[in-house]
Amino acid sequence: MRTIHELTTAFAKGDASPVAVAEEYLARIGALDAKVGAYLTVTRDEALAAARAAEARYRARAPLGPLDGAPIALKDVFCTRGVRTTSGSRILDTYVPPYDATIVARLKAAGAVILGKTNMDEFAMGSSTEHSAFQLTRNPWDLARVPGGSSGGSAAAVAGGLAAGSFGTDTGGSVRQPAAFCGVVGMKPTYGRISRYGLIAFASSLDHVAPLTLDIVDTALLLGATAGHDPLDATSVDAPVPDYVAALTGSVKGLRVGVPDEYFGEGLDPEIDRAVRVAIDRLRDLGASVERVSLPTTEYGVATYYIVAPAEASSNLARYDGVKYGLRVPGKDLIDMVSRTRAAGFGAEVKRRVMLGTYALSTGYYDAYYGQAQRVRTLVRRDFEKAFERVDVLATPTTPSVAFKHGEKADPLAMYMNDVYTIPASMTGLPAISVPCGFNAAGLPIGLQLIGRTLDEATLLRAAHAYEQATPWHAKRPSLG
Amino acid sequence: MADGKYETVIGLEVHAQLATRSKMFCGCPTGFGAPPNSQTCPICQGMPGVLPVVNRTAVEYAVRTALAFGLRVNPACRFARKHYYYPDMPKNYQISQYEEPLAEEGALDVEGPDGLRRIGIQRLHLEEDVGKLVHEGDFGTAQSSLVDYNRSGMPLMETVSRPDLRSPEDAAAYLRAFRAVLVALGVCDGNMEEGSLRCDANVSLRPRGATELGVKVEIKNLNSFRNVQRALEFEVKRQSAALDKGERIVQETRLYDADRGATRSMRSKEYAHDYRYFPEPDLVPLKLDRAWIEQQRAAIPELPRARRERFVVQYGLPPSDASLLAQSRALADYCDRAVRVYAQNPKGIVNWITSEVLREVDAADEVAVTNFQIPPENLAGLVKLIDDGTISGKIAKDVFARMLTSGEDAATIVKREGLTQMADPGALGSLVDQAIAGNPKAVADFKAGKTAAAKALVGQVMKASGGKANPAMVDRLVQEKLSRS
Amino acid sequence: MISRQDVEHVARLSRLALNDAELERMREQLSGILAYIDKLRALDTAGVEPTSHAVPLVNVMRDDANRPCLSQDEALANAPDRSGEFFRVPRIIED
Ligand SMILES: [Mg+2]
Ligand SMILES: [Zn+2]
Repeated sequence: MRTIHELTTAFAKGDASPVAVAEEYLARIGALDAKVGAYLTVTRDEALAAARAAEARYRARAPLGPLDGAPIALKDVFCTRGVRTTSGSRILDTYVPPYDATIVARLKAAGAVILGKTNMDEFAMGSSTEHSAFQLTRNPWDLARVPGGSSGGSAAAVAGGLAAGSFGTDTGGSVRQPAAFCGVVGMKPTYGRISRYGLIAFASSLDHVAPLTLDIVDTALLLGATAGHDPLDATSVDAPVPDYVAALTGSVKGLRVGVPDEYFGEGLDPEIDRAVRVAIDRLRDLGASVERVSLPTTEYGVATYYIVAPAEASSNLARYDGVKYGLRVPGKDLIDMVSRTRAAGFGAEVKRRVMLGTYALSTGYYDAYYGQAQRVRTLVRRDFEKAFERVDVLATPTTPSVAFKHGEKADPLAMYMNDVYTIPASMTGLPAISVPCGFNAAGLPIGLQLIGRTLDEATLLRAAHAYEQATPWHAKRPSLG
Repeated sequence: MADGKYETVIGLEVHAQLATRSKMFCGCPTGFGAPPNSQTCPICQGMPGVLPVVNRTAVEYAVRTALAFGLRVNPACRFARKHYYYPDMPKNYQISQYEEPLAEEGALDVEGPDGLRRIGIQRLHLEEDVGKLVHEGDFGTAQSSLVDYNRSGMPLMETVSRPDLRSPEDAAAYLRAFRAVLVALGVCDGNMEEGSLRCDANVSLRPRGATELGVKVEIKNLNSFRNVQRALEFEVKRQSAALDKGERIVQETRLYDADRGATRSMRSKEYAHDYRYFPEPDLVPLKLDRAWIEQQRAAIPELPRARRERFVVQYGLPPSDASLLAQSRALADYCDRAVRVYAQNPKGIVNWITSEVLREVDAADEVAVTNFQIPPENLAGLVKLIDDGTISGKIAKDVFARMLTSGEDAATIVKREGLTQMADPGALGSLVDQAIAGNPKAVADFKAGKTAAAKALVGQVMKASGGKANPAMVDRLVQEKLSRS
Repeated sequence: MISRQDVEHVARLSRLALNDAELERMREQLSGILAYIDKLRALDTAGVEPTSHAVPLVNVMRDDANRPCLSQDEALANAPDRSGEFFRVPRIIED
């Protein structure tokens, strides 16, 4: 299983052929994806055409950059011109966008070979990918378990060697949590760092485009190729994008690491607690200083998130009405048609969140719910600001548990609690990364989360890279046969 | 003022389409009349994944309008989503402004029978338009409807007046004055037929002398000045008749049916909308700083009221003529340009505009006035030829008619057609002599004291000169020669 | 927590045709979630500004310039039902 940088270095040296590599991945998908269920759509012809174009550029010694020819998978939440894009929902079963998302356009411009579109929880609502309208995705480390979610297909594809790297979206932890469950790297950059244009919205103020990779150098490469201002997204940050690969010095000397008390309490799996503490000790051994910090509003994160995200979702999903695109279920009049279409087109979790969000925004409840949640968001942000006066990054577990079994979390609230450690960075828009930091006794991966300052992805990547290089975890791969 | 018993209270909500090149939140063009669904993009079709970005020019236009009406431009404003399901609205929410509008609290002075009246303007905000529905058949019975999203996302500026209007005429006058300001600012073309200006009205009646407002009825679909007035007249009559019978007015939305000249209820049962407004998370707030707002103020041209006053003072026009001209930016510009070329007789120029020019074009049709076949410089030239005695007023009308078709200036036509006025006493004298010789009866009548007989002789001379004779000179010569003969 | 009538009202607002059993299950689940969310009420947020965006940007605007439209065929390509140049929807009855 080779990383993107290994592959494209080999392409540049003439040691490997983009077309041959693309064919290998397509063959592997053909052989193994029936087991994993990572892909909803495989774009074989487009992938081979892109690989041939990359190959021609390498032959002419004019590759587009370090992603040229890299075989990549995209969560089915990104609009791809001419390629069916479902967001994991029955209601968009037949939808073919007439345009490319900015992230897709930038990847194409960098020469990436897009292998296909990966499975996800419907409209990115979920933490297990079990809420996909189409299929189950299995964790490559244990096929009886979930890959996490909502970007479960993207994480499983990378972990299972069905793509060299991928993109997902992270709204409350939807990339970091599956990265932790699947033993890969997942990074949510600062809100606004990567354009959301063409990303099918779940919760606009929380949605982040986020890469999933086998190692930190690949994360730096994918982030570098896709970050930066986009005039099509008014919430996109107009700030220079540093050379993230150059930032990977291998050293954490003098780095101040904060360990928030509230992330190591009740509900945390003891094996994860131990692994993360060992990982923090490792950072100290490497020259970082470590100190305890407090983020007192942490316990309100999940409640806040489950107001803001459903409220925005109820609005964003209002457009799915059977009028312009997607599913239509006939009815005796317009209202009947729309109501039947939405009842048939949305799954249970989506309906629940649409209902919850509509309720929270409705007359008489707005201030008690949405208004209050937005004010609590300010308190959460202040907690982080205070902590970052003393430290450069925060180190925490990514998840309270390892990958659970399919069907294990039937109660919605139990599923929501899975996001307790990832939600605060989502609500504050702070960059955060999950890197593999070991395995439990059953051989299931554990993730270490590092949270950084606004727009300071470089420091986060540097710390994660130094840790990765000092530990064996990133080299361990599941065997799928 | 339905009758003596009730006082009418009206407030108007006007939606003006801003004259930008592109839509409010996307780059689609704003032209009218394109084939259905040919002027859309993923953004204004509300496709999955799209995001809005605010059109800067729309904000500038809204700020200029706010300043023109003396509204307070808020230091910070925000867009909000307004939710309701309707197939002409592709996202099933409209991006509008709610709690934090662009501007608040201003006024428009409207000329009425009792002079100027100040009508309060409560707020001004920006929003996007919806698409257009065409019903296959009659609205009530149509089995399906068709949707065209060309209009979806057009930039709209909504302005809400205070309930300060007291009659249907008042309301129409407000709308006229409002439109004139928008057109003068160049922020809206004011074309009501194409829907660039649309109006909803809130009407209530209350016993004369009461201070509390009555139950208000909202009337939608008032898409011409005439409809505004007629719909309101109908509604005032309907409500006062109901009140006379002791009935209760139902708070409701009614639609004006121009064909039947009546309003009808839009909903059978009362239904409270729950729009679930919340701040648009895809857009960031606008914080317009003082300096930028002052730049917008500097871009505001002379507005109708100032122009009207200048016309009175500078051109010595009667207030009625000044108002007529100032209501139309194109007409007022026309007048100013003509006077710039020939400043000696603004009144003469205005007379030609109000009589002859407005016979040819509709004052409210800015485009037609702007494209009028006779440029203002040429009209000035014509008036100058009359004033310096080169042509008579009568000939001038012929010259005007020729200018309309040929586009040439007056002097060219007069020269080519030899229409220069005869003012040579010798030549005119012999024409007068001929007339006197050929009309002994008129001469006799004159001598008998019938002074009107001289008029017939003047007419004869004018006719013989082909209209070119200077009428004042002919008159003098006829008088002289008759008294001498 | 949340009444059956509230659930029905919200389902109508959300344009979701739910049957009796679904409405009842929804009432139970929403009640549980709302009970948990109610912990937010304990926090004193008087005088706290709301955060609507993680990165506080202002005045993001674009130039008033045209960009290419979709062709009419592209615009209508995903329509579940169309009539010539239009999207078609079933008869509209106001609610
Ligand atoms: Mg409005
Ligand atoms: Zn558009």
